[in-house]
Amino acid sequence: MSTTTDTRGSSRSDAPEKGGRMARLGSVGGDWLDQRVGGARLVRFFARKIFPDHWSFMFGEVALYSFVILLISGVFLTMFFVPSMDEVVYDGVYEPLQGAHMSKAYESTLHLSFEVSGGLLMRQIHHWAALVFMVAIFVHMFRVFFTGAFRKPRELNWLVGFGLMMLGMVAGFSGYSLPDDVLSGNGLRIAEGLMLAMPLVGPYLSFFLFGGEFPGHYIIPRLFTVHILLIPAAILGLIGIHLAMLVAHKHTQYPGPGRTDKNVVGYPLFPVYTAKAGGFFFLVFGIIALVSATTSINAVWIYGPYDPSPVSAGSQPDWYMLFTDGGLRLIPGWESTIFGYVFSWNILIPMAFYGAFLAFLALYPFLEAWVTGDDREHHVLDLPYNVPVRTGLGVAWISIYLILCLGATNDLLAIALKLSINDLTWLYRISFFVVPVLVFFVTKRLCLAIQRHKRDLALHGVETSKVVRMADGEMLEIHEPLSDYDRWVLVSADQFRPLKAGKGVSGLRAKASSFFFKDYIEPVTPADLRKALEHGSHEQHKIDELIGAGTGDHATN
Amino acid sequence: MKALSQHRHHPMAYLVILLLALVATGGVYAAFQPRAAQAEGASQEDIAAGEQLFLANCATCHGTNGQGQTDADGNTLGPSLIGVGAAAVDFQVGTGRMPMQNSGPQAQRKMPQMNEEQTAQLAAYVASLGPGPSIPTADAVDPAQGDPVEGGEIYRINCAMCHNAAGAGGALTHGKFAPPLTGVEPKHIYEAMETGPQNMPVFNDSNISAEQKRDVIAYLDALEENGSPGGLSLGSLGPVTEGLYAWTIILALLMGTAVWLGAKAK
Repeated sequence: MSTTTDTRGSSRSDAPEKGGRMARLGSVGGDWLDQRVGGARLVRFFARKIFPDHWSFMFGEVALYSFVILLISGVFLTMFFVPSMDEVVYDGVYEPLQGAHMSKAYESTLHLSFEVSGGLLMRQIHHWAALVFMVAIFVHMFRVFFTGAFRKPRELNWLVGFGLMMLGMVAGFSGYSLPDDVLSGNGLRIAEGLMLAMPLVGPYLSFFLFGGEFPGHYIIPRLFTVHILLIPAAILGLIGIHLAMLVAHKHTQYPGPGRTDKNVVGYPLFPVYTAKAGGFFFLVFGIIALVSATTSINAVWIYGPYDPSPVSAGSQPDWYMLFTDGGLRLIPGWESTIFGYVFSWNILIPMAFYGAFLAFLALYPFLEAWVTGDDREHHVLDLPYNVPVRTGLGVAWISIYLILCLGATNDLLAIALKLSINDLTWLYRISFFVVPVLVFFVTKRLCLAIQRHKRDLALHGVETSKVVRMADGEMLEIHEPLSDYDRWVLVSADQFRPLKAGKGVSGLRAKASSFFFKDYIEPVTPADLRKALEHGSHEQHKIDELIGAGTGDHATN
Repeated sequence: MKALSQHRHHPMAYLVILLLALVATGGVYAAFQPRAAQAEGASQEDIAAGEQLFLANCATCHGTNGQGQTDADGNTLGPSLIGVGAAAVDFQVGTGRMPMQNSGPQAQRKMPQMNEEQTAQLAAYVASLGPGPSIPTADAVDPAQGDPVEGGEIYRINCAMCHNAAGAGGALTHGKFAPPLTGVEPKHIYEAMETGPQNMPVFNDSNISAEQKRDVIAYLDALEENGSPGGLSLGSLGPVTEGLYAWTIILALLMGTAVWLGAKAK
């Protein structure tokens, strides 16, 4: 299969009309339809749309497919789930709860799990697909972040993607709260606590959401509407915008010979990607179905029907909400009373932090553009090690996220590691401030080390560990030179260009720019390369001379 | 009767009445107290054999008379065992927690060091030191006679906050922990509620009645019998292990297929 190059902005109206031996009826019918619908142009446009090929580009697809799976399994669940807080006495097949009082929501979840054919599998598919949806979104975001794919013109699409991530979190939270078991009720209780902690408006907000005192009778039907109507509609809408912008911008590509900011090198959507994407959907569905058929998730019958008094040991939210729990567990119990109002700093400070933490992620493209002053369009991706400060910041962000997640699991880890939960909590408190800084500098240094290594590789080729001693005692190592294609990637890095203060550039901005760019490894210039190649070929010549004929396999270029 | 009426104003009469009252109260208490002072059916030989075992294995920390010991700094080496009863011994020794392997935040469960006969002898000896809860009868801990629904409610309200809703165990402060309840013998569960071992509170009969304790045992038994209808339980630890599973096994599977599909055709 040959690689196709699609020039950005070129018109696509030169489609050849290959008459072929089409069935006459089909031809006439198709023509009739096309004259009225005008689909051929659209189909031709999409069929010939070029996408670059790389496995790391496929996590957005995984998120999309898990969303489709969520819709399919979710429709099944709505057929049996009853979003009602009416109290009933359970008389289903699950013995340890027979005769227990519970809400209809919980009863219908048990019914769905134990009495509806395939119900438990569908519930598990829905829940596992939700976890996979969020995992895929995160991995996709990491890919976009570390390769700089969010740069102009894709900043807005990054924001849309960020919105999808936030909606995914809300969808997950509203979804796992629906079965009205003890664990989900505990989650809602925390949500109520967060609202109550807001000065002045807190109690009003809480009464507004719950329709009175917690938990009341309204929250489950309300969350149900949010979960099956509002959030999916919003997600669908944003996915539409996300994909439309993707088509409009064309996909980014990794650097390589012949790839520029003005073209896309890859395969056409039809037949290559339609086949691959179609197959991938079924593979993702298959993996989720396999996991759901073999691995239990959210066994609500164990938690029992919701009752506001009990909280089980090891109560945690689903993984994408873990970080929110982490801050609450790590912060000391600070609060103060001002003018008769209680300010719960132990909740307000973490909430403010989460806001800033997520805002940094959302606004990073704009922040970086301001720092670098880079106003060019980018369609060729950065290799992460070529932008050490961005990569360092990204890894530091992840380290904070991870520490918060670890903080939320401190009780489980204390048991697993046989450590004191108090010591672990202190470890995380200190790590929260120290680790991100350390991780930033270590990552940055590692990136620079990789740059240095790649520079050597471009200039001298691969060390083969074969050493030859010359007649005069000189030791020479045989280097395998890189192919032109491989070398191209290594010598095509973006040039270093910090903003200077003055001319409308503030001192702060110039400092930030200098911080972003100042540490770098001198890129390989054509002169360097020529010199290195000459030196290499000279050495190779000496080696060839010494070890005689028949060593054509070490020929230099 | 004349003699009594003659002496009823005697100064010693009050003392006699007081003594009689004390004897009566003590006697009534002894007759109606919930547990016998000694394990049932324990003979004098058992107690003597138990004492020998106690001196050899327990006295280092608990003292030669089971009175407890402290070190030079006043830290407790072993608490007093007077009045802990046969149930406490049967639990601690029967689950291998005592004799303790090493000091730490909490005694760990291990293979029992004493066989059943030795455990019974030790229990008889400790029970002879002072009245305390005795070992429950087989009927009292029979899961088949309990009501798992009632037990489930009691369990969720009283036990799950430390032992986890699925009985998978949980962490307490400073390295202490509530152990998993799976694979624990019914009588040991009963004895733990009755005596409050390690950091566990005591749930005596006025908190959770003997029948309710049996209900809890029935609930735990039902949980274990039901297993995990949804497949692998991932340790019944809830969303954290599920999330870890998604980020490791599932992500690896997805990445594998992505790399496979993204690979160039050769």
